[in-house]
Amino acid sequence: MNGLIPEPIARQPWAMLIPLFLLVGFGAAVLFSAAGGSMEPFASSHLLRFAVFLVMGSVIASLPMNFVKFMTYPAYVAVLLLLLAVELVGAIGGGSQRWLNLGPIVLQPSELMKPVVVLALARFFATLPAGMVGQWQSLVLPGALIAMPMVLVLAQPDLGTSLAIAFGGAVVMLLAGLPLRWFMIGGGVAAIAAPLAYFFGLEEYQQRRVTTFLDPESDPLGAGYHITQSKIAIGSGGISGKGFNQGSQSHLQYLPEPHTDFVFATMAEEWGLLGGLFVLIIFALILRWGWGVAIAAQDRFARLAAGGLVATIFFYIAINLMMVMGLAPVVGIPLPWMSHGGSSMLTNMICIGGLMMVNRWNRETPRRGLT
Amino acid sequence: MELRRARSGLNATQLKHTFDRRSFVVGTMMGGIGVLLAARMSYLSIAENEKYQTEAESNRVNLTLIPPRRGWILDRNGAPLASNRADFRVDVIPERMRNPEQTIDQLAELIELEPDRIADIKSEIKRSRGFQPIEVANGLDYDQFAAISVRLPDLPGVVPQRGFSRFYPTGPSVGHLIGYVGAASAEEYELDRNPLLITPGYKIGKDGVEKQFEQTLRGVPGARRVEVTASGRIVRDLETREDIQGDAVRLTIDGPLQDYAARRIGLESGSVVVMDCLTGDLLCMASMPSFDPNSFSDGIGSIEYAMLRDDERVPLRNKVLKGLYPPGSTVKPMVSMALLKEGIDPEETVFCGGGLRVGNRVFRCWNRRGHGQVNMAKGIYQSCDVYYYHMAQRVGMDPIAAMNRRCGLGEEFPLPVTSQFYGTVPDPEWKLNKFGREWQAFDTVNATIGQGYMLANPLQLAVSAARLATGRHVMPRLTLDTQPKGFDEVDFPEDHVAYVRQAMSDVVNGPGTAGRGRLPFDDILMAGKTGTAQVVSLSKSDGKSGPWRYRDHGLFTFFAPFDNPRYAGAVVIEHGGGSGSAYPIARDVMTFLFDPAEGMQRLRALEEQWGGNAQERLAAKYAAYAEARGETVVPPPRRDEEIFDQVEAEARDAAAQSEEIADEAVTPRPEAAPSGAPRPNPVEQILSGGETT
Repeated sequence: MNGLIPEPIARQPWAMLIPLFLLVGFGAAVLFSAAGGSMEPFASSHLLRFAVFLVMGSVIASLPMNFVKFMTYPAYVAVLLLLLAVELVGAIGGGSQRWLNLGPIVLQPSELMKPVVVLALARFFATLPAGMVGQWQSLVLPGALIAMPMVLVLAQPDLGTSLAIAFGGAVVMLLAGLPLRWFMIGGGVAAIAAPLAYFFGLEEYQQRRVTTFLDPESDPLGAGYHITQSKIAIGSGGISGKGFNQGSQSHLQYLPEPHTDFVFATMAEEWGLLGGLFVLIIFALILRWGWGVAIAAQDRFARLAAGGLVATIFFYIAINLMMVMGLAPVVGIPLPWMSHGGSSMLTNMICIGGLMMVNRWNRETPRRGLT
Repeated sequence: MELRRARSGLNATQLKHTFDRRSFVVGTMMGGIGVLLAARMSYLSIAENEKYQTEAESNRVNLTLIPPRRGWILDRNGAPLASNRADFRVDVIPERMRNPEQTIDQLAELIELEPDRIADIKSEIKRSRGFQPIEVANGLDYDQFAAISVRLPDLPGVVPQRGFSRFYPTGPSVGHLIGYVGAASAEEYELDRNPLLITPGYKIGKDGVEKQFEQTLRGVPGARRVEVTASGRIVRDLETREDIQGDAVRLTIDGPLQDYAARRIGLESGSVVVMDCLTGDLLCMASMPSFDPNSFSDGIGSIEYAMLRDDERVPLRNKVLKGLYPPGSTVKPMVSMALLKEGIDPEETVFCGGGLRVGNRVFRCWNRRGHGQVNMAKGIYQSCDVYYYHMAQRVGMDPIAAMNRRCGLGEEFPLPVTSQFYGTVPDPEWKLNKFGREWQAFDTVNATIGQGYMLANPLQLAVSAARLATGRHVMPRLTLDTQPKGFDEVDFPEDHVAYVRQAMSDVVNGPGTAGRGRLPFDDILMAGKTGTAQVVSLSKSDGKSGPWRYRDHGLFTFFAPFDNPRYAGAVVIEHGGGSGSAYPIARDVMTFLFDPAEGMQRLRALEEQWGGNAQERLAAKYAAYAEARGETVVPPPRRDEEIFDQVEAEARDAAAQSEEIADEAVTPRPEAAPSGAPRPNPVEQILSGGETT
């Protein structure tokens, strides 16, 4: 192997990249079908975006650690300001919105916030003296770092993304070694706060999504329609599926959002359980590689950042799949690398780029003994 | 940093261990969720595969029933009384509509609906059970149909289709006989859970023959399997099975005669029944005024319903079967048969001085001046009441009641009709049971002249005429596939029949009470018997003028040719002011039967005076009514059954009207012939065989 393949290529993390390419290719095939058997409008732009963001990921992967550490807080502040700008534009424009129109690019700052909040927390805990972990300072500031973007995103309103931010942040805090009982207390508080949040914090359409998740049959033609149709699509696929381009649920528009949030159902209808397991295995390979990177990292910042990025990707995957299979309420979270959509591709490629970056740092700073 | 580490007991190495430990736990939990997802996915696609496959298939494939073409209803010669017309129609299914009000408004704009129709549809949608289709319009032209079809994705719940609508060529003339069709009600669907009943465009028989022969006429629905998108757009046809048209029902009715009779009734309210004496075939069962089954089959409109409902001539009542009237003097031939059977010599005379004293009461003859010496024949053709008062006192009520029943009064015939009222033939036992009172002399007096408690429907009177004319126990039949019945049963001896026939001929052709009833043929003589039935006491009305509902009923039973009867029948005109309103109709109907051209000529002259034929007059009346009352109409009952019940209850009420004066002896009114005196007409006397006095 050494002789045949040039070193710059050989040193790439192929254990992750090959499954990723397979997944994106498979996603394109599903989108091809979802468009009624056509590359336009979904599949071609899906591949194009992946190519563009892969380049971006490679750029991220090549950043030096010091530069990243230096830029983390300014980046956090910048994205926070962008989120604030979204709020302001929305308030001036007379309606809530989630994105900024920057010339040709439509930017959704809440997506950027997901990896950035992970980095900011990793940076905080990396600089926090080891002895202070477990004291009140180690909870208050990170709490504020998570809460500020969460509040802004919730105000958009976008429950799914704000939960993703919270999840990524919480995992970094857990990995940083905060006392477990804090998480238990936090879990208890959440259990009490959830009903309160449900009644006072959620929009009516969000409340309805929760209630219909609990009992989808209560409203089969209304809010429960999404879940019901998604389950029909997955269940009717059987073991080997109905065949490529043969999915009636997606082609006849019974499945809502067959190319974005419910792309997995579209896939499962045509490729069946085999397709589903293929996707799950690929995600498992990618996430396992990510954990490997995190554990191999010698630097605390790199370790925590890598773990948080893996958690962020995982959150997307888990929530989306649980939603399409009727295990979670309908929250608008797309499936990484399969759903059509620039924002989710951007976020996930930032995460992958970040992991590749940590992977490179690991390679370049050989394992030392105990420091 | 060193100091702090000492205080908290944590250092970087410990944190690294914590990280490794916790990352292992978190990674394991992620793996666990992955396994959970794989298990869930397997469960959905293996264990529940069949269920979801069915659901996906029922999503994808839309099975629409193609309503079968209804069988035709034919007259005896094979001409259609009810047929089908191809048309474009549009229905809505309320439970599939997102915003019914808005959708209906949109539809109304596309096909230019009238405001009252829009209001009707909206209120119908509100009351409906959701799954039942509601007709918006039929008879659309192709452009309207196409306009709706292209907008279907924006009009959920709207079902436009090519279909067939029921067509009754003679309209109101056959309304009561044939009935009409309409969308099945929720109750009907509950009784017969046939998906066809809630298929848009399918209609079941609601009344009359349409209802009675529903199963025969229904046919087998076709089916069309199509692939549809979630929004209901049809992607492609998968499979189509043609419908099988329902079988035709062939009636004994003579279509042209039915139409003629209905039109001849004209402005009056009444019925005409004509039977074939050789087979018992009902050739005509006309009841007018009527509704137009064509427009009823499109759904009963509020204005239309209100108009029919407010009409005191009750166009919704089938008077042939549900009109009960005191038969008046038309019972006299039957009573005569009873007297002959009891051995009374027909030549025995009774002196009529204008009244008869029984005990300390005097019962009046309609002819106050008296008929002089009256034998049985004169009793019939002059309709002398005193003769019958006298003879009835002699034989008693029971043989008379028995004979009335033998002739068909009080009888319910085995006919395929939705319901028939069978009336009353009173006798002492009946009165005791019903009122707890003894039979009185005046009860017999009333009964012998067809008044008091006695009630019959026009069909019974027609059957009685056929039985008297033939001497056989003729049973009426309505469909050609049933066997004629009763012809092997001899009711009356030949000589009795001959005697009564002759006397009844004299009613028309001799010195009788219906001189103007002669047929315009030299070789065909019609026999008959007039009847005038009072509904209120003499003090309340003279029976000929004043409020319509107090006027006398006019009746006439007849058969022809009198010496070899071929056709028999009855005409009853409600509140026509006496028998003079009835027998000219019988005369013209029989004229039409023997010479259609002559009959039509007479009818045309009459219709010119009346302002068009029945259908035209109904349309004109509707327009005027809608103009005057359009704003304030009462919507029709939700279920057709409610209409039927209401009509039936009113019919019973109306039949009871004449019972109010049954407690007293009815003082008969002068009969149809103006003076009651025989008309000096030598030719008639010769033709009638010189049996006159």
